[in-house]
Amino acid sequence: MVNPLNQAAQFGYRTAFGLFEVPMAGAQRLIGIGRIAWLFLLPNLVIFGLFTFLPIILNFFYATTGSDAILLSQRPYVGAENFASLLSCDNYLDPNSCRRDIFWRAIYNTSWFVVLQVGFMILFSLLTALILNRDIPFRGFFRGVFFYPVLLSPVVVALIWKWILQRYGVLNAGLEGVGLPTVNWLISADWAFFWVIFVSIWAHMGFYTLILLAGLQAIPSDVYEAAEMDGASRWRVFSRITMPLLMPTMVVVLVLSLIRAVQAFDEIFVLTGGGPGTATTLILQYIYETGFASRPQLFGLAAAASILMAVVLLVLTLLQLRATRSQAEG
Amino acid sequence: MVWSFISRTRGRNRFDLTDWLTWGYLIFGILLMFGPVLWVAMSSFKTDAALSEYPPTFLPLSPQTVIVEGYDEPLPLYEITGGEYEGRTLAQIRRIGLNAQMVDPQNPGERLNVSINDREPAREFSVAWGNYTQLFERFNFMQYFWNSAFITVVATIITVIFNSMAAFALAKYKFRGRTVVFLLIIATLMIPPTINLVPIYLVVNELGIVNSPWGVIWPAVATPTGVFLLRQYMLTIPDDLLDAARMDHASEWRVYWRIVLPLAAPAIAVLVIFSVMWRWNEFLWPLIVLTRSEEFTLQLALNAFQGDLQTSWSGLLAMTVLTLLPITIIFALLQKNITAGIAQSGVK
Amino acid sequence: MAVVELEKLVKDYAGFRAIHGVDLTIEDGQFCVFVGPSGCGKSTLLRMIAGLEDISGGELRIDGERVNEQRAAERGLAMVFQSYALYPHMTVRENLAFGLENIRTPKDEIRRRVDDAARMLQIEEHMQRRPKQLSGGQRQRVAIGRAVVREPKVFLFDEPLSNLDAELRVVMRGEIASLHRRLGNTMIYVTHDQVEAMTMADKIVVLKLGTIQQVGSPLDLYNRPANQFVAGFIGSPRMNFLKMSVAETRAESIVVKEENGRSFEAAVSPEGVKAGDKVTVGIRPEHLEIGSERGHPVTIDSIEQLGGESYLYCTDAGGNPVTIHKSGQTRHRAGEEAQVFLPAESIHVFKEDGAALERLRIGEAV
Repeated sequence: MVNPLNQAAQFGYRTAFGLFEVPMAGAQRLIGIGRIAWLFLLPNLVIFGLFTFLPIILNFFYATTGSDAILLSQRPYVGAENFASLLSCDNYLDPNSCRRDIFWRAIYNTSWFVVLQVGFMILFSLLTALILNRDIPFRGFFRGVFFYPVLLSPVVVALIWKWILQRYGVLNAGLEGVGLPTVNWLISADWAFFWVIFVSIWAHMGFYTLILLAGLQAIPSDVYEAAEMDGASRWRVFSRITMPLLMPTMVVVLVLSLIRAVQAFDEIFVLTGGGPGTATTLILQYIYETGFASRPQLFGLAAAASILMAVVLLVLTLLQLRATRSQAEG
Repeated sequence: MVWSFISRTRGRNRFDLTDWLTWGYLIFGILLMFGPVLWVAMSSFKTDAALSEYPPTFLPLSPQTVIVEGYDEPLPLYEITGGEYEGRTLAQIRRIGLNAQMVDPQNPGERLNVSINDREPAREFSVAWGNYTQLFERFNFMQYFWNSAFITVVATIITVIFNSMAAFALAKYKFRGRTVVFLLIIATLMIPPTINLVPIYLVVNELGIVNSPWGVIWPAVATPTGVFLLRQYMLTIPDDLLDAARMDHASEWRVYWRIVLPLAAPAIAVLVIFSVMWRWNEFLWPLIVLTRSEEFTLQLALNAFQGDLQTSWSGLLAMTVLTLLPITIIFALLQKNITAGIAQSGVK
Repeated sequence: MAVVELEKLVKDYAGFRAIHGVDLTIEDGQFCVFVGPSGCGKSTLLRMIAGLEDISGGELRIDGERVNEQRAAERGLAMVFQSYALYPHMTVRENLAFGLENIRTPKDEIRRRVDDAARMLQIEEHMQRRPKQLSGGQRQRVAIGRAVVREPKVFLFDEPLSNLDAELRVVMRGEIASLHRRLGNTMIYVTHDQVEAMTMADKIVVLKLGTIQQVGSPLDLYNRPANQFVAGFIGSPRMNFLKMSVAETRAESIVVKEENGRSFEAAVSPEGVKAGDKVTVGIRPEHLEIGSERGHPVTIDSIEQLGGESYLYCTDAGGNPVTIHKSGQTRHRAGEEAQVFLPAESIHVFKEDGAALERLRIGEAV
């Protein structure tokens, strides 16, 4: 069964790549072996250029122009008006006092989301990693257990929990069964926010658990034995040996999950649509709706908001690069 | 004596408190991680009637109905759990307040009164395959599946080719401007696509690939992480091999696809897995680019399936199960490899 | 006082028994070395004493008190690990202080003990450094210092010198020996190197596959090995073994003969053997005399001359290797035929089961 498939794949591979032999060899004669590297880099660089670098520059053009036209030539220059519009607030702590109140609502929601989701997720990931690090049978299986939700698509994740959280869904049925009060979970603003955080943790903690587990297993076991001979209590072993040695990995996990949390969108959008009202609208959803889902499509505002978000992400990414480097050394 | 007994609790053979907590946590973990998917799978096999039942049953049980002589519509069947008719199975004609008017299906002439507390719906195991078949007949499932598959496969192939070519250039050549390119690619790491949504849309629009799978495929085929991953691995391929091939009159392109690519297979495998997972699950960008429902990917279709007013859960649940089935099967088979691979590359 | 007693100590792993009922007493202040080939269970035994491995059967007593159920730290022991096991993120000072902090020793007491240990082991200038900035020998000293600081009843060493290069090993051997002289604690030391055992031990315990082969002082083991295994393990180069049979037994010796008829008198007790029994004759390379007429014929394969001593590697008629160690230089050449004489007082005789016959007159070693 495998062989004909194998042969077909080989054949396809050879023909496809073989096609390019003549032009590439010709190019090589033309520009020389020293410069052929550029030819190999070309496709990637074109994509980067078209879809990453050019857009960053265009972003600034969009941010400084108005109207709902998509072509830049049709957009009137408005200077910093979009930014000013976004950033004008009477009281920065009260979203309702802002001109672009939904934007500030999104900032407010995103901030809370990032702090709570990352905080609790790292806590649970650490706890799970510590437990998985113990001498348990079927450790490989349990690693997989917690990692499974990570593989599911965010849409599937959201729909699964939406079904469970229905007014007449299984969670409420269970609560009623033990005599506890039921709630229409996704209709209540506070509970919707809770579940958005919960579902997000459920869907991603397995990934970070694995990274922390790898960090824990990198600690040589004879260090623990020495600590045992040194009479260290379990708490002291954890606080004076495990945690300090795990710290570089923790920092990497922290920054990675912060970067992801700031850009959270998929699960939340499908689960609550940003609601009820704007209770669970985060910044990326604001950008999406402003620029694409609502009419008129306010590209200028969306671009301006994107740039603001980019600044935050840039800081976090720089932290991540530093953190990864120190983890590799430590 | 007493002291040695007290100090015995920390022994390694004994099951102490932390062991109980550990196992409790792990079992709770299994329930929490697998339970929801299992529940959705179970629910997807329920008929619409069973789905609207509250509280829901675990297995797909559907309330039975029976045709009784003298009545046009099938009547719901109940088991009587109390009162004078206890133990019998009766059909209900109508319910008036706390009383149910019922008949024995074999003896339709006689009307019996039963208190509603004394009856329980008679259920039978009823698997609603129709939920699934309707996806293919009415809801165009194969079209969405094809869209997703096309995008995933094509994007992964292009990603592997472009990224491996770039990695090859960076790993095996010294050329002027190499550092600049390096810095450019690192810079790309700092620019997640989410901040460029608007201008990328313009570019895609201008290229005429809005509302087509190519609009989803092209923007993200050049990933900096992919380039670095492959480059890292290619550095370990001995330069002697390439020099030997060059001495054998191989062009650089030949060296690339006859020697370097096959040898880089393990790293490419990792890239393929990441790419497939990511592309299959992609949501935001397809949401922006694809507006005609024929072009929808599976994820978009799932999302659109939730109607504004009435969500047809029977169809939605079935589609959800089908969407998560492939990855679940792959997971069950390759679980050890996946988790080991993630752990390794995560640390890097 | 720190007397360590092992009574019928057993260690089982799933499916197999690693330690088969070991009985041993280590007196206070003794330097006791566990030695044996890899897999003999010496590290397992040490770790059971330390408390890092559970005891499957039998009793372990320290100063008369049963400690089977006590945790490692409570037994009053300190261990120096083969890989040093220093805390990589702590400075040397913190590494030394950690154990004392755990039992809440007052700060000035900690400081005093740490400084004393540092001075004793000459690591004072490294106190603020991290382990990865130190050399192997320095790390070894810190590991020893960590044990010293705890002022334990018994010191345990798990092959501490195997990760050091040969020259450093000799230096550290001497330092550990002088540490023992200075502190006087009971020390239990595990090694696979019989030279370390011979030079450092008051008492050597030879182990093989989880059982004790022999316990005794170094010279005891050299002069009176209890069986063929111990005889072959102790002494370098290894003892030569030749297969012979008993020709006759006398009052205070026996005569052994080889296949070709040549016979030699061995100064061992005839108890346990009779004429015709097959035996293995053992003789150390340094006790063989080369050159006399009536001897065991060998062909010299190769010669190593170190100037002050020579090694002659030969093969006998039966194809057995015979090694000769001779002080000074030799006129012999490779390829020559020679005769080696086996002096009666230097012959060991081992029965078919490996047990040694008692030696009655022990010759002076070369």
